[in-house]
Amino acid sequence: MRLFTTTILAASFATALALPAAAQEVRIGIILSYSGQFADTADQMDRAIKLFVKQNGETVAGKKLVFFRKDTGGIAPDVAKRLAQELVVRDKVDILAGFALTPNALAVGDVSAQAKKFMVVMNAATSIITTKSPYMARTSVTTPMLNQTLGSWAAKNGMKRVYTMVSDFGPGHDGEAAFHAGFKAGGGEIIGAARTPVANPDFAPFLQRAKDANPDGMYIWVPGGAMPAAVGKAIVERNIDKNKVKIMGQDELTGENAIKSMGEAAVGIVTVSNYDFNHQSAKNKAFVDSFFKEYGRNPDIFSIGGWDGMHLIYESLKKTGGDTDAQKLIDAAKGMAWESPRGPMSIDPETRDVVQTVYMRRVEKVGDRFLNVEFDKVENVKDPVKEQMKKEGKPMQ
Amino acid sequence: MNASALPGPATNLQTWIAARAKWHPAEIVFWLGCLLPLLPASLLPGFLQKYWIFDSYLQLLSQIAITALFAISLDLILGYAGVVSLGHAAFFGLGAYAAGLIAKFWFTDPLLGLACAALLSGAIGFLASFVVLRFHGLALIMITLGLGQLLAEGANSATWLTGGADGLQGIRAGKIFGTVEFDIFGQTAYIYALMVAFLLFLLSRRITNSPFGLSLQGIRDNSRRMLAIGAPNQWHLRKVFTISAAMAGIAGALLTQTTQTCSLETLTFQRSADVLVILILGGVGRLYGAIAGTIIYMIARDFFSDVNPQFWYFWIGLLLIGVVSYMPNGLLGGLNWLLLKWRRA
Repeated sequence: MRLFTTTILAASFATALALPAAAQEVRIGIILSYSGQFADTADQMDRAIKLFVKQNGETVAGKKLVFFRKDTGGIAPDVAKRLAQELVVRDKVDILAGFALTPNALAVGDVSAQAKKFMVVMNAATSIITTKSPYMARTSVTTPMLNQTLGSWAAKNGMKRVYTMVSDFGPGHDGEAAFHAGFKAGGGEIIGAARTPVANPDFAPFLQRAKDANPDGMYIWVPGGAMPAAVGKAIVERNIDKNKVKIMGQDELTGENAIKSMGEAAVGIVTVSNYDFNHQSAKNKAFVDSFFKEYGRNPDIFSIGGWDGMHLIYESLKKTGGDTDAQKLIDAAKGMAWESPRGPMSIDPETRDVVQTVYMRRVEKVGDRFLNVEFDKVENVKDPVKEQMKKEGKPMQ
Repeated sequence: MNASALPGPATNLQTWIAARAKWHPAEIVFWLGCLLPLLPASLLPGFLQKYWIFDSYLQLLSQIAITALFAISLDLILGYAGVVSLGHAAFFGLGAYAAGLIAKFWFTDPLLGLACAALLSGAIGFLASFVVLRFHGLALIMITLGLGQLLAEGANSATWLTGGADGLQGIRAGKIFGTVEFDIFGQTAYIYALMVAFLLFLLSRRITNSPFGLSLQGIRDNSRRMLAIGAPNQWHLRKVFTISAAMAGIAGALLTQTTQTCSLETLTFQRSADVLVILILGGVGRLYGAIAGTIIYMIARDFFSDVNPQFWYFWIGLLLIGVVSYMPNGLLGGLNWLLLKWRRA
């Protein structure tokens, strides 16, 4: 009996001692669409997050990281916002992270601002997202950062007349606007701008019309999935000579799976991206190898956003000594620069958005594989939309 | 509750209707119970405080109240009038965008916004009813599906107005009666959504127990016979379709106002399909079926997606298969059957 009481006493003391340890935790809420149409995006990002934690340890600045993962089931800003509020109120998280989809990131931005929580956007690519909360930073990319850069690159590299073709919805419109802005500023002329239906389009008539306009280049923006392959097929069927008419687009047009299904048809397509698993550097090789070893798949643009997002969280926490105050964390994050598998990158101290190298790649046959091979790059690219806002004197928050 | 019990030849019809409309003690207990989550943990006896989790679930609860209202609106046309719709989210989304745009460009008073959203979606519902109600069976399903898709695509194209795929931005949060703000704990949101849902539930209850509601059920069960006894079938259906559209619009407006977000997702086929799943789970043709279905679906979703964010829909599917195979009238239908059996035994 005596022993029993002692055990109970000891146990309760142990619990009492263990309790303050809760304060030695940093709680991170990850909001992604783990189910539904965008599940693969979430999985690829989450894999990188888990791999980073595995390689760098669960303890940062003496505090243990505890993760809470929540599923929005797709584009659902109402659900994302509710989950963020619950994470803050019930799970007492210190940091909000993840966010593959723009509407969800925008909705949670309000929670970050209201509850004063550090928030890291690891993919969603619309420019204005970071203006929603002063405690938000982004480690992925913005749509204009890639497409406007591509536009000015095309103008600089001898193209005068370009025909554009984009999917008729928000992201497509954003890509179109950014490319047009960059290309026109460089002195180029847009000789036609077609918008294709979002669901099950037949690209042949659009490409024929574009070909008949006799452009130097064509800019194509379609969402990933089945569409890039359909575009590739239609380009071959319409007999468009990629040596005469340069085919340009954003990374997803020649994503790993897209090239696989296009095969030979993909060769020669030029795309702009901030990351590809075929980027040549020791750091990237180590990243891709360990990712492949763990999951049997190559990392993609979503993975790199998650990986660098975790890097930012770890380094900011180290800088604050484990303090999770949102103001201190975002101050630590501002201006932070590091060498990522994608190349050098930093967080713009003014806009809290990512600054990085943007690569031009061409699909080539390397051995028996089709790969995106980098042949040109633009360094230190900032989000052009916010640069414009700054010029016009618009507020950043 | 016992809708199947028909009046005997000697019963006075009015007393029969009045008896049907009587409040069951269980109903009163249920609605009073809805107020419990507002009880702060500190008012409870100490040993219970640790287990009192409801006050941190108010956001979820307010979304349950909103979805239940949406489910009730579908039940009015589907369960009571037999009009199957796979595009009911069209009206939900209309209300959501109406409330969002009003709060962005015009005024932020939530109640006034709610009224405008109801008027708009009701008016569109009335116009749509002239087309939709010409059809039956499969054609009806296709027409409603098409209507929903049209509206979703329209909202997607009208980026200048709706914000397109990014969702509507710049929705200002209103204060109820100009004083009560929406808070991060969701207390205001829950009270607001619950009160609106309760008032509209009262209205639906009144409708379904009225002679009008009974003639709807008559149309559902045998429309030719209703015509033969001189009932204006088309007008009855139009009326209920309009009411249902307005209620769905109010539900959508509530979602916009309580979350200050509004996206194309409110118009999608997925939302139309989800609410149908909810009704089938809970039991079609009973208002409490819509409520029970929503509570089970939303809590199951929240619970399973916490356990495993990737595969929660698997469990919902399993639940649905189980319910439709063993309880063809939904969970409430099944419970009712069990209760009747137990009483007879």
